[in-house]
Amino acid sequence: MMISHPYKTITPKDVAALQELAPKALVLDGEKLPDDLCHDELSRERRHPGVLVKPASVEDVSKTMRYAFEQQIAVTPRGQGTGLVGGAVPLFGGILLDLSGMNRIVELDEENLLVTVEPGVLLMELAKFVESRGFFYPPDPGEKTATIGGNISTNAGGMRAVKYGVTRDYVRALEVVLADGTITEFGGAVVKNSSGYDLKDLAVGSEGTLCVVTKAVLRLLPLPKFKLSLLVPFPDISGAIETVPKLIASSAAPTAVEFMEREVILASEEFLGRSFPDKSANAYLLLTFDGPEENAVHLAAKTAAEVCLSKGAIDALIADTPERSESVWASRGAFLEALKASTTEIDECDVVVPRKSVAEFVLFSHKLEAKYHVRIRSFGHAGDGNLHIYALRDALDDRQWQEALEGVFSELYAKADLLGGKVSGEHGIGFAKVPYLARTQPTAVNMLSHGIKDAFDPRHILNPGKVLVSLK
Amino acid sequence: MKIIVCIKQVPGTAEVEIDPVTGVLKRDGVASKMNPYDLYAMETALQLQCALDAEIVALTMGPPQAAKIIREAYMMGADSGALVSDRRFGGADVLATSRTLAEAIRAICPSDLGVVICGKQTTDGDTAQVGAELAEFLKIPHVANVTKIHKADCHALELETDLPLHRAHLKIALPCLVTVDKGIFEPRLPSYKKMLATSDRPIRTITLDDFDDRDPLHYGLNGSPTKVKRIFPPEHKVVRESWQGSGTELAGKLLNYLDQNKFLQNAGETNA
Repeated sequence: MMISHPYKTITPKDVAALQELAPKALVLDGEKLPDDLCHDELSRERRHPGVLVKPASVEDVSKTMRYAFEQQIAVTPRGQGTGLVGGAVPLFGGILLDLSGMNRIVELDEENLLVTVEPGVLLMELAKFVESRGFFYPPDPGEKTATIGGNISTNAGGMRAVKYGVTRDYVRALEVVLADGTITEFGGAVVKNSSGYDLKDLAVGSEGTLCVVTKAVLRLLPLPKFKLSLLVPFPDISGAIETVPKLIASSAAPTAVEFMEREVILASEEFLGRSFPDKSANAYLLLTFDGPEENAVHLAAKTAAEVCLSKGAIDALIADTPERSESVWASRGAFLEALKASTTEIDECDVVVPRKSVAEFVLFSHKLEAKYHVRIRSFGHAGDGNLHIYALRDALDDRQWQEALEGVFSELYAKADLLGGKVSGEHGIGFAKVPYLARTQPTAVNMLSHGIKDAFDPRHILNPGKVLVSLK
Repeated sequence: MKIIVCIKQVPGTAEVEIDPVTGVLKRDGVASKMNPYDLYAMETALQLQCALDAEIVALTMGPPQAAKIIREAYMMGADSGALVSDRRFGGADVLATSRTLAEAIRAICPSDLGVVICGKQTTDGDTAQVGAELAEFLKIPHVANVTKIHKADCHALELETDLPLHRAHLKIALPCLVTVDKGIFEPRLPSYKKMLATSDRPIRTITLDDFDDRDPLHYGLNGSPTKVKRIFPPEHKVVRESWQGSGTELAGKLLNYLDQNKFLQNAGETNA
């Protein structure tokens, strides 16, 4: 179906003009692009852009944006396309701005514990770079091949958020290109900042709808020398999750608190072709602890083990060496891929609810399985209330699947809202979650959001159709 | 019947420094752990325990602090443990180590030995010789690189071993010794509850005085004919191959490669 929109359709003349403006950038006709560049990990929506521009520098980005601004061309920024909500899909054609080629680690400032990177640096490259030098970049979303630019755009979280916070907490400054091509900076390489509105924090999580990030100054910590995980089996999921508030309130200070159910572990075993070290129980908590002192880390784990046993845990199994950690975390890391491999299509809900409501929410999601005749699986960050709940299509036909999705997701988001939760904990809104965000945000917040969008991007050329609904 | 599991404390990381003058591993101040292959040995013992109705004894040789890994074996499910520790055992090569372990095993179970299980090698010495030499000293049959155990009873084990050109399906009479490869079973994690339950379980210390053969010249540096000229970390080699050709050619080549490298189930299997 063609949707009428106010954006200019790319012509061969535009392609030539863009190449001339940015001679070092890679400029390709959008229709000839491989399918891979036309979608993200939410693969149901595929669109070809009119043109792909892969800039080599901030100047290339600036010139591209100025041209798009003058010509009223939609621009969709893209990193590695690992998003889960369609954020990098060029819904209205136009320019797909592929920032993966701007991938230099520019500077490591060891005195101020800062690292400056271009947006195309992969999370795993950054982690390897800083850790080999004794530093630590705590945000660790599951997708390690995502770009830092993408992480910043969605304010990605990850398992360590319980102790260390999320991407926004580690962004000190951003170099950005505005909708009209202006190059500017938000924030600064300072620890405190009370100087006016914090546009840096606004840009983080804006999913490319306000500006294009071309450089980021990120905060680092000293690398914790000791790590230990506990795999804690419980008779059932509610027992496991109800233990979490007690753990958070204890002195154990876990780095991560994940919950997992037996069915997901079995799917992961089949997918990886290797056994999980324990599958005797129906539900598990997976806890990690880290710190500079070995004894302190062991004491924290002991405290947590005692809390879990007092709440009905079957045991607390200790993963204290790289081999043991790997045997547990390799499975945890493969959950999403394992679920995908176990069915024909998946869709997900990444809600975040107050920690005390996690058990109630997970049990609620279980009930929807029978009501909508669709397989539902979940796992996630019990420690920060961020849940990943997946609907699995299996053999459902188009109509059954759409009905199931509509029913399940409407109920999940309504329930989350009722519990005081939010639509997305870490994946963002993209286009897939736009109606749910609009439905659950107060009108005043929706109006302010539109006002902000208008101020940053008066022609609405930046990633149109994402986060907010309106089309100018 | 007893199952003896031989375990060893090794440096906790792969990045261990070597003293350039003496050529000896610098172990002081380096975190230690149970040899990763021994985790598979422990798990194999736990998996066989029921079928053999056996008691599991964890055995290690080393300085007094090596008792830590016996505690760890208790946390995995070992019933008892012994530490073979004596200054006179210091500096042992594979021959002296095997002789020492054989004497210790005789001291632990003079009559009811069922199976001795070792990891296929350690990650510090890397020789993979102690298992086989220990079996020779004990005068019992052995199989190395065991990847699967198909059947077990109190008379024999039926198992699979990974040989350079093929896999062999063997039956071996008890008492025997096996060295097991990574992946034979997924090792269980140590249990916090078992740690609490076994915190005061004793660990037997075995010295030269407990042996039948007490000749000090047979042990430690005195009993070691190996003269080390130089120790160096193994080279990490990554071999990359690029193939070109049509889809059919490449598929054939790939199938052949997988077959030759024993990645295909049942390919190249021989019964012995």
